[in-house]
Formats: sequence, structure tokens, C-alpha cells
Amino acid sequence: MKILDDIKQAVIKGDIKVEKKTADLVKEALDQKIPVKDVLEKGLIAGMAYIGDKFKKNEVYVPEVLIAARAMKSGMAIIKPLLAASKIQPKGTVVIGTVKGDLHDIGKNLVAMMLEGAGFNVIDVGIDVDPAKFVDAAKSNNGQVIAMSALLTTTMPQMKNVVDAVLSSDIKGKVKTIIGGAPVTQKYADEIKADGFAPDAASAVDKVNELIKMN
Amino acid sequence: MLIIGERLNTSRKQFREMFENRDQNLDAIRALIKSQVDAGANYLDVNVGTRVTTEVEDLVWLAKFTQETVNIPLSIDTPNPKAAEEALKVHKGRPIINSISLEEKRYNGMISLVKQYKAGVIALCLDDVGMPETVEDKVKNAKRLVERLNKDGVNNEDIYLDPLVQPISTDTKFALQTVEAIKQIREMFPDVHISCGVSNVSYGLPKRLFINQAFIVMCIAAGMDTGIIDPNDEVTMRNIWATEALTDKDPFCAQWLELFRAGKLGA
Repeated sequence: MKILDDIKQAVIKGDIKVEKKTADLVKEALDQKIPVKDVLEKGLIAGMAYIGDKFKKNEVYVPEVLIAARAMKSGMAIIKPLLAASKIQPKGTVVIGTVKGDLHDIGKNLVAMMLEGAGFNVIDVGIDVDPAKFVDAAKSNNGQVIAMSALLTTTMPQMKNVVDAVLSSDIKGKVKTIIGGAPVTQKYADEIKADGFAPDAASAVDKVNELIKMN
Repeated sequence: MLIIGERLNTSRKQFREMFENRDQNLDAIRALIKSQVDAGANYLDVNVGTRVTTEVEDLVWLAKFTQETVNIPLSIDTPNPKAAEEALKVHKGRPIINSISLEEKRYNGMISLVKQYKAGVIALCLDDVGMPETVEDKVKNAKRLVERLNKDGVNNEDIYLDPLVQPISTDTKFALQTVEAIKQIREMFPDVHISCGVSNVSYGLPKRLFINQAFIVMCIAAGMDTGIIDPNDEVTMRNIWATEALTDKDPFCAQWLELFRAGKLGA
């Protein structure tokens, strides 16, 4: 359907130099009685998925991801109340944060945006986050995945503390852990028994999808 | 302009690979050290932070090896006081410690070493609350750092304030905010050094080097006098020298002419 493709394109362009902006297109689509699910999946999420894939291949850059996410959010704001009413469930809930002692938030925010863009419910617990806070947030929000970011070799060991906190709590086995950030590697994920690792924001979405299917 | 050569850092791919098999690469590492000094570095930064489990012994090795190769002081680049302490024990001359900040743990962990070795110190304008994004917060943190360091007996000439820069890919106001902070810090403290990790500005964009090259010029014009940079990038170095001449930091353009006659500005 043309309007859905228009939404997708508006997200991809981040509402820059478009005839109609994402939010207006979403309203139009709803006026045309197009199902909310299609607006979400074939419009908004499809646009963000395209950007994510291009970002992974280094064909688009951070500012382009940010404006696409902003456009997507403007559309989400309109359909959110309808999603609840039509009982469309998010794909899952992810608790995301930067570990204790680490104040970096750009990478974490990019991953959060990509996850939201892919249809996940994202609980962003911020930066400098205690292991207990990750666990508590996962419990109180029924999270399936805890995603951690660390940008410093000195704060990377905090990821192990979070994994250990998960493994020694009653959410063990129910909540998966995934890690990322400049110094982080798959090898390190294996060492600390994290369930997943992703080298970039788009891969993080793929990995979280994978982990949630395992549950 | 004080140049701190940044290439001896294992988070840089080229050096990491050299360092991993260092016994086979001693000549290459030596060449990397010498080429930075030949290009005009006044200090060499040494950082092995990616080697988490062996950082202490690796930093000691690198500090020693570097000073056996060239007679130049180092910028000991680690947040780990133990690694800094051991490297300082083998260091000759007056080092720069890179770095402290207003984060309590980090400040307290490093300040005794700064005092003991009468070292210069790179001071990041951040505290336990987080990264300062506004001009006001950067300048406020700079002031707190200078006051606290003075109280601990560190003179302004030994302080290298870093107002921090966030990537313009996430907010295009970030570079200007750092430039404005540099201006205000320079007015407030004419005798402190101001340094900046310039390359952060271009994170998330293609062709980062071009952006870095332009940003350095803006920072120098605002009052930055120390750069942690790649001295082997000829454009960067020429831009630095040209900007110094253009901003009244090169009396009678003597440095520019000397560099020209020495053939360092190209044919």
C-alpha cells in the first residue's frame, strides 16, 4: 500500500525534505482505516529496519539514525494508545543501561532506539547503573533481556557483576543478558557467561530477537 | 603549542597489533616512537588500557622502551593508579599523568602520584554527576578542578584542563559548546594549559580526520594550547602552526619561517 511505503520512506529520510512528515502520514493511514498493526510493522518498523541495516553496513551514519528514530517516535506517539486497545503486544521487553562507573550514553541510546524501532518495549535505566538496579528493573517490568553497555576497559568488569547478579537471583534462566561497547568482545561475553554480544546497534536487535526466541 | 603524540595506544588498531607480538616488532615500535618525535611531539602518550589483565606490566614495559628509544617525557595514560604508579617509577623526567577528574575515586586515587612526582596532570572536567554538556557546566567543573588542584599544591602551569567534547553526530551544538568553554576557561585562567581529546568530536561520521583537522583549528583559536594528536598527520601539524601564526601565538612568525626553512612545510 502506498501510504505505508510513504511512512517507511518518511522514517528513512528522518522527516527531512519530505512532502509529508511521518506523524501526518500515520494519521492519514489511520483515517483510511488501515490496521494499526500494518502501520506499525510495514510503515514505522520497516523504515527503522532499513536504516538499521544500512547503519550496520556503514552506509548511513549516526545523525541519520537519530533523525529516523525521531521520526519513528513521532509516529509511535500517535499509534501507542491504539496499540494497547487492539491488544498488539510488543515483541518483548528489554532493560537497557550503561554499567556502574561508566557515564557514556551514546551507544546505549542508539541501541535503545533501534530496539524501539524494531518493536520492543525498552526500559532505559540510564548510565552508571548498579547491578541490583538492572535486576530490579527486569523484575518489575517483566523484562526478558538485560542489555548492558560499557565504553571503558575499567568498567567492563561491571558487566560480570550484572551477569552474576542475574544468575544468583530468581530471574535466572528467565532473563537473558547481552553486552556491547567499544572494548567488549564475544570472547569476553563467553568469559563472563553473558548470553549474547553485539558489535553494533543493528546487530544488537538481531541478537535480542534471537535471545527472546530462545526463551 | 604542546604536542602530545597519541599513537602509542593499544586501542588504535595498528599499535595494538604491533604490541601483541612486540618481541617481533621492536623495530616497528621504535620507528613509531621516533617518527612522532621527529614530527614535533613534545610528549608521547602511552596507553595500554585494552590489555586489561596485564596493564600494569605492559605500561611499565612501554614507558621504559619508549624512553630508551627517545629522550622525551611521557604522558602516562591510564585511569588505574596502580599502573600509573609502576610506570612512574621507571619514568625519567617530568611526566604528565593522564588523567584525573572530579570523580572522587579517580581524584583521590591519582592526586598523591601527581604530588609525589611533581607531574603535570590532565584534568577532565567531569564529576560523579556525569559528562558536562553545557558551556556553564564545563567551565564550572574547570574552576572546581583548578581550585582543588591548587589546594593540593599543583600549580596552574602543571594543569592541563580538558573541557571534553561530545560528538557532533549526536548534537551539532557540541563542538561550539566546547570552543566557547575553552574561551571562557582561557579568560579565567590565563596560565593553565588547555587540552582536548579532539577526535571524539567526529565519532559517528565518515572521514573523521577532516573534521578533526578543522576542529583543532577552532580550539586553538579559542585558547587551547595542548593537543593529544597524531603528529605524523602533516595537515594537522601545518594547520596548528598556521593557526598559531594567525592568532598572535607566533611572534614575528618566527616559528613559521623556521619550519619553512627546515623544509617542514613541504616544497
